[in-house]
Amino acid sequence: MPKIIVDGQTLEVSQGENVLQACLNAGLDLPYFCWHPAMGSIGSCRQCALVQYQNEHDTHGRLIMGCMTAVTDGARFSMDTSNAVEFRKAVIESLMLNHPHDCPVCAEGGECHLQDMTVMVKHRDRRYTGKKNTHRNQYLGPLIHHEMNRCITCYRCERFYQNYAGGTDLGAQASRDRLYFGRQTDGVLESEFSGNLVEVCPTGVFTDKPFLADYSRKWDLQSAPSICGGCGVGCNIAPGERYGRLKRVHNRYNHEVNGYFICDRGRFGNAYVNSQKRLNYPGLQMPDGRFKAIDHQAALSRAAHWMKNKRVVGIGSPRASIESNYVLQTWLGAKQFCAGFSEREGALTCGIVEILQATRAINPSIKQMESADAVLVLGEDLTNSAPRVALALRQAVRNKSIAMAEQIGIPEWQDAAVRNLAQDALSPLIIVSSAATRLDDIASHVHTLAPNDIANFGDVLIEHLRGNISEDVDIINIADCLMTAKSPLIISGVSLLERGILDSAAGLAETLYDHNPHTMLSLCAPEANSIGAAMLSHTDNLSLAQITERASDIDVLVVLENDLTRRLDPTSMQQLIASGTTIIALDILENETLNHATLALPAASFAESQGTLINMEGRAQRFFPAFKPAHERQPSWQWLLHLAALDGHGELSKIIHFDEIVHACAQQHSPLARLTEVAPDHSFRRHGQKIPRQTPRYSGRTAMSADLSVHEPQQPKDLETPLAFSMEGVNQNQPAALKSFVWSPGWNSNQAIQKFQAETQKPSVGVSSGIRLLISSGKGIPHTSTDRTAFAQSNGWQLIPIQCLHGSEELSAYTDEIAELAGDPFVALTESCALELQVAAGDGVILSSNNVNLSLAVKIVARMAKNCIGFSAGYTQTLSLSAGSHVQLQRDPNWRPFKPLVIASDRRPNAQLRHNRHG
Amino acid sequence: MSQHLIQTDVKSTLSTAEIAAIDAEIAHLPYTSAAAIDALKIVQAARGWVSDECLIAIAKHLDMSVEQLEGIATFYNLIYRQPVGDKVILFCNSVSCWICDCDKVKERISDLLEIDYGETTTNNRYTLLPVPCLGACDRAPVMMVGDDLITHLDDEIIETLFGPNQQAQSD
Ligand code: SF4
Ligand code: SF4
Ligand code: FES
Ligand code: FES
Repeated sequence: MPKIIVDGQTLEVSQGENVLQACLNAGLDLPYFCWHPAMGSIGSCRQCALVQYQNEHDTHGRLIMGCMTAVTDGARFSMDTSNAVEFRKAVIESLMLNHPHDCPVCAEGGECHLQDMTVMVKHRDRRYTGKKNTHRNQYLGPLIHHEMNRCITCYRCERFYQNYAGGTDLGAQASRDRLYFGRQTDGVLESEFSGNLVEVCPTGVFTDKPFLADYSRKWDLQSAPSICGGCGVGCNIAPGERYGRLKRVHNRYNHEVNGYFICDRGRFGNAYVNSQKRLNYPGLQMPDGRFKAIDHQAALSRAAHWMKNKRVVGIGSPRASIESNYVLQTWLGAKQFCAGFSEREGALTCGIVEILQATRAINPSIKQMESADAVLVLGEDLTNSAPRVALALRQAVRNKSIAMAEQIGIPEWQDAAVRNLAQDALSPLIIVSSAATRLDDIASHVHTLAPNDIANFGDVLIEHLRGNISEDVDIINIADCLMTAKSPLIISGVSLLERGILDSAAGLAETLYDHNPHTMLSLCAPEANSIGAAMLSHTDNLSLAQITERASDIDVLVVLENDLTRRLDPTSMQQLIASGTTIIALDILENETLNHATLALPAASFAESQGTLINMEGRAQRFFPAFKPAHERQPSWQWLLHLAALDGHGELSKIIHFDEIVHACAQQHSPLARLTEVAPDHSFRRHGQKIPRQTPRYSGRTAMSADLSVHEPQQPKDLETPLAFSMEGVNQNQPAALKSFVWSPGWNSNQAIQKFQAETQKPSVGVSSGIRLLISSGKGIPHTSTDRTAFAQSNGWQLIPIQCLHGSEELSAYTDEIAELAGDPFVALTESCALELQVAAGDGVILSSNNVNLSLAVKIVARMAKNCIGFSAGYTQTLSLSAGSHVQLQRDPNWRPFKPLVIASDRRPNAQLRHNRHG
Repeated sequence: MSQHLIQTDVKSTLSTAEIAAIDAEIAHLPYTSAAAIDALKIVQAARGWVSDECLIAIAKHLDMSVEQLEGIATFYNLIYRQPVGDKVILFCNSVSCWICDCDKVKERISDLLEIDYGETTTNNRYTLLPVPCLGACDRAPVMMVGDDLITHLDDEIIETLFGPNQQAQSD
């Protein structure tokens, strides 16, 4: 390990890193702006200056930029010499010339890297008295607020947006002190990762727009470590609450999963927690169909009465926690339980688990995917189905440029140099899909095939790799890319609901593994706990079809956080409702299933409860409540424990605490044995104290509800977790799974995370990146080449589900801003197909088959498999459409495009906010 | 892709000659987008400035986003994103010219044409812009009017060029 000397202190540093990293890793406070741990250095802000000395006799030295200087053994530096100190101070002063004095009205204030750095260099008095530059701000859509005057021209936004995330519609304009960062004209930002600008920008230029409309300072937020429920990736997030409302979501660093970035669904799609559609009290359906609010005692005794000596069946949910699903299944028994998947999803998700339990290939973490030097994607538009994975692949394709740079001795963090050298040289990314994907711009090969042809394509590739040489040039090329790669990665998923694709992805990985043990295989699961629900499932379980077919044999049906209209076709749903079975439904928001329930029970959301979710890799991660559920809301596992106890379940009636569920579940399901290690249990203490959810500066605790009562309310107790609803406690050196917020003296922004990492870009100290529960036996998957019939032209168009970041996911779609971005339900066509139908973007078409007749918007896409058309998957209006079925299309002359874009966050009336004030 | 990118038709915005000239540049370059500056210059040479419509059309032709091209267009002072007069006066106010009293000459121009830096005469004939050094310090003070370099500036020269007689004549 090389050593460097900084102000007389010898630091052990890592080979190849830069001096700024080395100083930060050693715990020194060297200010910086433009360097970012995940994006490297460009040396544009000049803030990280030090003095470097030639040797021990050199007393003069010269100024260098820490972020642009590689460490070399024995090199000598000074941070503290007056030269360096004055220089850094002058840099801040010059950045401040045009920076407004508007911290009190800036949403960045209190978690601003610029504030932190300004204080750090001790720049206090503003000597400049001239006019400041002012800019016009742009409308950037409902998610991001723009305040250009605050820019310090560090270029981080452009580098994240374009270079890291592949966006093209935001960048630097003009030069000198007229520099401007924005779009060419006002308009909604196109990138699925735009929200990261809020954290990447070291000042208040880009801020969280919905948060701004209902603002609190970071120090006034009560936060908890949490997991995004938006998809199967399981990014780590930190939701912040005040006044009983979820105010905002920030990224929470997890080295193995999301690192420093999350997608816009994860950041902005959680305001449904504050929705008017939330259930506050148990609701009993009256004969006239309306619901009457009752208290929980009354609700439970009703339920007990119905259940007495009756056949009770439970339906679990892939979006509910392991613990809630476990309690329901344990209470009613595997034979009276259904995991809650639709038939097709269930088979596919269990298929993923089977494959990942047997494959010899590596099942990579999201971070590991970035190391792939050739990637084959089968049947997924990852940016919309597993967004954070797509962002990882954007880094993976850069491995070629990094290798080129390495060859001539340029370190990876020399970002501008590496990009300059490589230009558009990218590692191979092969996309075989039914429709255009948002990674097409960086793909080396793109193939457009109908779902079962994708599986066939995979099989031909397998055969070719096994020596049955194909004559197809594409197959030969692609095989070459995969065979010559050091770490090839095969990714697939369930978006197209086609089992064959999963099998051929698995087969490909197996075949490649024979040549290369570094082969990786990753399969994307759709929901936050899809894998968990599949791992809990049992061969004795009922399927949804068995339940709906024999619904009249069931007396009481308990539905856990599951809107069955999203799983069942309309006829089956009707059948279930018509059976007259008593339905007890637990959920967070009103939905169609609740509307048909006899008793609706209000469940706590992810932000008000705790549980474990298992992500697509099989990683179990725990989320904790940021605040107490209001009214009669309870976490589902608590409702279910009450119901089980009333039903006289021996074992469950002894359980009171969450941890006991975890232990019982770990004991009974051997694959879940390590569930207890996912996070420390409620008895965990740091120096005898709990971990605070509130920052040391949390204000107004005793005054917050003074408008309701002058009596000082007691802080809610938390008996279930090691966290406290309080600022008291020790927020130091706890496992990362228990980190509610990041803050360190002098570091108020999220950049404080480096104070909790052994090294920047490395795991946090006291690591817990979750526990991998899905472990492969490594026995491999025997390949059986199924002879799939190629897609035969039948009458009509084959329906391809199109996943949409905004709109396809159930809960986030209840958030105003997301609903606005989701737009109208649509049919996706290519230009030529639109021509044939005589429609254009913005027109409407009538889509019809035997049992559906829908009028949908036309969306033009760049490519679509022959004889196929896409439809917006997961939109409530298109739930009745079934992937793979055939439909007719015709122009809808009466179609009117829906509402023009309205800014949801600007539209939300203040009155409503006040109304929500106390939950 | 942005909506305006989709809607703009390259062929109806740029002339055949412009497109041909841009394509000739592209033919020499490894990346289409590397022709960005040349393309902007070609269009500006033909039209005097680069309008939003042209910017969008060029971006589309070069397979770039409008933001990326705008970044380049606005980076360079001599790519005009606003209409300019028939001739642009590039007036040097850098050090050699400054020593030779260029400020006075500039005053004279402003008086005669009634424009300051960044402005265009009402008859649309001239736009006045400052430049830092035209590389003709030995003949300071200097300026360019259109493509002509005019050296050793003094009141007389300014008068002949921009004086009332001159203006009336060519009107
Ligand atoms: S907007 Fe923010 S991130 Fe972008 S250059 Fe300015 S200060 Fe940096
Ligand atoms: S990628 Fe998935 S888990 Fe991650 S933030 Fe987005 S929706 Fe949430
Ligand atoms: S952080 Fe080193 S120059 Fe900006
Ligand atoms: S300073 Fe005017 S031409 Fe050089």
